[in-house]
Amino acid sequence: MEAKRLTAPISDEDILQLKAGDTVLISGIIYTARDAAHQRLVELMEKGEELPIDLVGQIIYYVGPAPAPPGKPIGSAGPTTSGRMDAYTPQMLARGMKICIGKGSRSEEVKKALQEYKAVYLAAVGGAAALLAKTVAKSEVVAYPELGAEAIYRLEVVDFPATVINDAHGNDLYEEGVKAYRREPAC
Amino acid sequence: MRELTVEEIAGQVAEMCQEANIYLGEEEIKALTSALEREESAPGKEVLRQLIENVRIAREEKMPICQDTGFAVFFVDWGQEVHLVGGTLEEAINEGVRRGYREGYLRKSVVEDPLRRVNTGDNTPAVIHTKLVPGDKVKIRFAPKGGGSENMSTVKMLKPADGVEGIIDFVVDHVKKAGPNPCPPVVVGVGIGGTFDKVAVLAKESLLRTVGEPHPDPFYADMERRILERVNNLGIGPMGYGGRVTALAVHIEVFPSHIASMAVAVNINCHAARHRERII
Ligand code: SF4
Repeated sequence: MEAKRLTAPISDEDILQLKAGDTVLISGIIYTARDAAHQRLVELMEKGEELPIDLVGQIIYYVGPAPAPPGKPIGSAGPTTSGRMDAYTPQMLARGMKICIGKGSRSEEVKKALQEYKAVYLAAVGGAAALLAKTVAKSEVVAYPELGAEAIYRLEVVDFPATVINDAHGNDLYEEGVKAYRREPAC
Repeated sequence: MRELTVEEIAGQVAEMCQEANIYLGEEEIKALTSALEREESAPGKEVLRQLIENVRIAREEKMPICQDTGFAVFFVDWGQEVHLVGGTLEEAINEGVRRGYREGYLRKSVVEDPLRRVNTGDNTPAVIHTKLVPGDKVKIRFAPKGGGSENMSTVKMLKPADGVEGIIDFVVDHVKKAGPNPCPPVVVGVGIGGTFDKVAVLAKESLLRTVGEPHPDPFYADMERRILERVNNLGIGPMGYGGRVTALAVHIEVFPSHIASMAVAVNINCHAARHRERII
């Protein structure tokens, strides 16, 4: 299957053509954020204050990279478990985030919000962290440097590979893929 | 009496930290390659290809296989005829971890307090399980344990009457619930017997075995095979995208049990089944 190519800012049309199970290659800008950064962003939203990054049409990658060795833009950088971001995701989507990338299943609230705001959840291969780091051409901290690996980084990526898990039509690869290969016990 | 210095232990430990995180073991690589041969689902195959490529890139670029370079867990078999000079074993190991994680550009993933959550900045302290053994050698086994798979762990006090089938059902059900979260294909570590605390250590220790090496007792080797088959029939597949290979191996470790109890623990390891062993 041909991989679909995506670059932020992402439009509704980009989103609606994506189906659970599709392979995508992302190039351009993505932002990183883990639990601590999410917590801070959502706190700012609740106080009605300005965010350090504009989320409209953007891609957020759940990752806490390893330190960059000398001469490299970033250290190993595979996805972290997305479930920990579930509590914050609907608010991130309401503010215009179009794609989030992590690993592992999402809550029902997140899946509903993805449909409501026309957005998708992608997974990158957990643990393929050296391979994913190689797709990063440039990295720069844009907010919360004091959080170290948990700061918000702006990454410039080339052909970052990911798979659509939850599309905007309500499909879920984790459920469908598993059903297709489940074998019931013989007895 | 043989003497070993804190410095010697720390130096070896620092190397082990880097090696384990950067170079996946040969048997572990073989397990991924043979998984790719068996896998039928297209997204599952793509995941396995990326994982094999990732291991190659990590080795070439000297970068950690996974950014989560883990909590540093050690099992030390200390020969009683060895005298450690210059400090305690704990200091020696923590110094090694500190150095290894700094020099290897490994991520520091430990916070100093579970609730106040300030990073210790050097990935210490390590978790250390020590045993005194006869002889004048020291065996150190190390596994960096990632949070994603560690979080998918459990302990249950089953009833002796639950028997083999009860244990198998419990383990399979648990892997099913963990689904895509522990980065399948996983290695399922199972502890059986002992007390509530002992059984968790058994499950962890089972993950330090070379992937796929069967239990020496044919009874438990058979149980490992049966659990593996049931787990792979769950259909979770690589990364949970659906497929035939959910687990690369099941490892069981056992310990004598109280007449009233049958403790079972499941500790899952991800495909990045990293570990190293050295005899000093
Ligand atoms: S579960 Fe393992 S492979 Fe996955 S992110 Fe954690 S350490 Fe890496």
